[in-house]
Amino acid sequence: MEILVCVKRVPDTSENEIQLNAAGSDIERDELVYSINEPDNYAVEEALQIVGRVGGKVTVVTVGNEDDEEVLRREMAMGANHGVLISDDTFAGSDGRGIAAILKRFVEQGSYDLILTGVQAEAGAAEVGGMLAAMLDYPFASLVSAIEVIDGKKLKISREIEGGNKEISEIDLPCVLSIQTGINDPRYVGMRGIRAVASVPIATYGVSDLGLDPNSVGAKAAKVQRIDYFVPTVGKGAEILEGSREENIDKVLELVAAKGGLK
Amino acid sequence: MPAIFTYIVHRGGVVDDSAAELLAAARQIDPAAPVTAIVSGAGSDLETACTTVCASYKEVWKISYDVLAYPNAELIRKALVKVLPPDSVFLIPHAHFGIDLAPGLSIKLNAAYVSDVVEIEGVESTFLKVVRQEFGGQVSAHMKCDISSGAVITIRPGAFKSTEAGAVAGAVIDKSAEVGPLTAGRRYLQTIMAESGDVDITKYPVLVSIGRGIQEKDNVPIAEELAEAMGAAVSCSRPVVDAKWLEKSRQVGSSGKTVKPKVYMACGISGSSQHLAGVKGNPFIIAINKNPKAPIFQVADVGIIDDILEFLPEMTSKVRELHGVAAK
Repeated sequence: MEILVCVKRVPDTSENEIQLNAAGSDIERDELVYSINEPDNYAVEEALQIVGRVGGKVTVVTVGNEDDEEVLRREMAMGANHGVLISDDTFAGSDGRGIAAILKRFVEQGSYDLILTGVQAEAGAAEVGGMLAAMLDYPFASLVSAIEVIDGKKLKISREIEGGNKEISEIDLPCVLSIQTGINDPRYVGMRGIRAVASVPIATYGVSDLGLDPNSVGAKAAKVQRIDYFVPTVGKGAEILEGSREENIDKVLELVAAKGGLK
Repeated sequence: MPAIFTYIVHRGGVVDDSAAELLAAARQIDPAAPVTAIVSGAGSDLETACTTVCASYKEVWKISYDVLAYPNAELIRKALVKVLPPDSVFLIPHAHFGIDLAPGLSIKLNAAYVSDVVEIEGVESTFLKVVRQEFGGQVSAHMKCDISSGAVITIRPGAFKSTEAGAVAGAVIDKSAEVGPLTAGRRYLQTIMAESGDVDITKYPVLVSIGRGIQEKDNVPIAEELAEAMGAAVSCSRPVVDAKWLEKSRQVGSSGKTVKPKVYMACGISGSSQHLAGVKGNPFIIAINKNPKAPIFQVADVGIIDDILEFLPEMTSKVRELHGVAAK
């Protein structure tokens, strides 16, 4: 099975406090630690496990710039066979539809049975996979938490729905699936593994390589634009206890008792 | 101003709370715009749902097909493409079905797509201005969305409150004949209900709930010891289950359990909307987190900026002392 996994390099929110720049036009990016978008890493692991069971190859692709090569190499160190960087100045300001349009052209140049994305990235939009599927007229499923290959024509999948329940479906290939975290246990990548793929060439595609109309991507084609960032003020906010740890513990116990929660 | 349509989620004929929330959101786009509810399904469930929705919507479009008895996003997308007028604004909850349906629908309608909207500021010429969140709620963003060729918008559950009384005696219009035969590359087989697990976290008045801040599996007993001392249960957010440190039955959130405790202690939990969607009944929320920017502090009643790996064991000692139990 030929599997394409669409990945993204994002600020690692478990490592970073996200701050705004002075103008509010962007987050402060200088000090950020970047890594692979966590759901994408689960998607790559799932692809590798499928190929391990039924054979085939895994390609990881990202739309970005040369800084993003590091996540492609990381996923290649996990075992992905090919890494592809799609990069062009005209892509700047693309909305989800623009990114999906770029990926669609790339997909059409290959022959993939299965396309995976992570369920969402740092913006929480959860949009590119479903858009890509619709553009390709492939079936799509979001929030996928298990995949079983039935034969070369279809998969049996499980989606996470409300209450921890699972929705089981059959889906025809080729298809696009967005992968939920927790679907597997992604393998560890050590420095040795990263070094081993450090000089493996990464194919790079630009707007003309993909035969894309430059007017169909980037800011000018975007129907949706971010105007600014701001710090949310939802609700009144917590009363922050400023005492010593001991005082704070006493206060918490008092509050828990007062709210009827402690014997 | 284009017409606004809302997609009504129902299960076995029981209409989801989002039906009223979407109407409230539609009013914020344009108080004067006509709003039509679209209800799809089959049989008596569909009839029951339509009757309920008629209490709050003046116009209800019904799409009735046996294959829609279980909501399949691909089939419903194809039906919607047939019935929605050009340039419509279409609203649907940002939950598992909306996430499945909406991005692809926006492509097929050639409409703008904005997801997980938490506030609507209104329309200026052909641009709709909305607020959504990024980085797990750490920052918000104003978005400008060109709705001149329509829009598909997913609305965060719980973000919009209905203010309408709901006694409008709406009319149902059957649109099924406009749809035609429906087939999909994805076919629903069955639903597997969640396993109940060893502890039912929905039954406890106090939850000691842990998130990524617990850092590793070996630290989970820190929370279990405190919970045991307090007569509470340990629950968790998604990353803890993803890492296999606790069973799925302990997970609170939109894809886990919905809990209604009296006190919810969020320990090392950032407070994503998906997690908070599972915390109901307005409990007293105590948040303990090293990161003062964690979104949990926006919704908590009381916050402590501290390392749970040090705070929780000290709290356990204190509780045991109060109960006269010697430390283990």
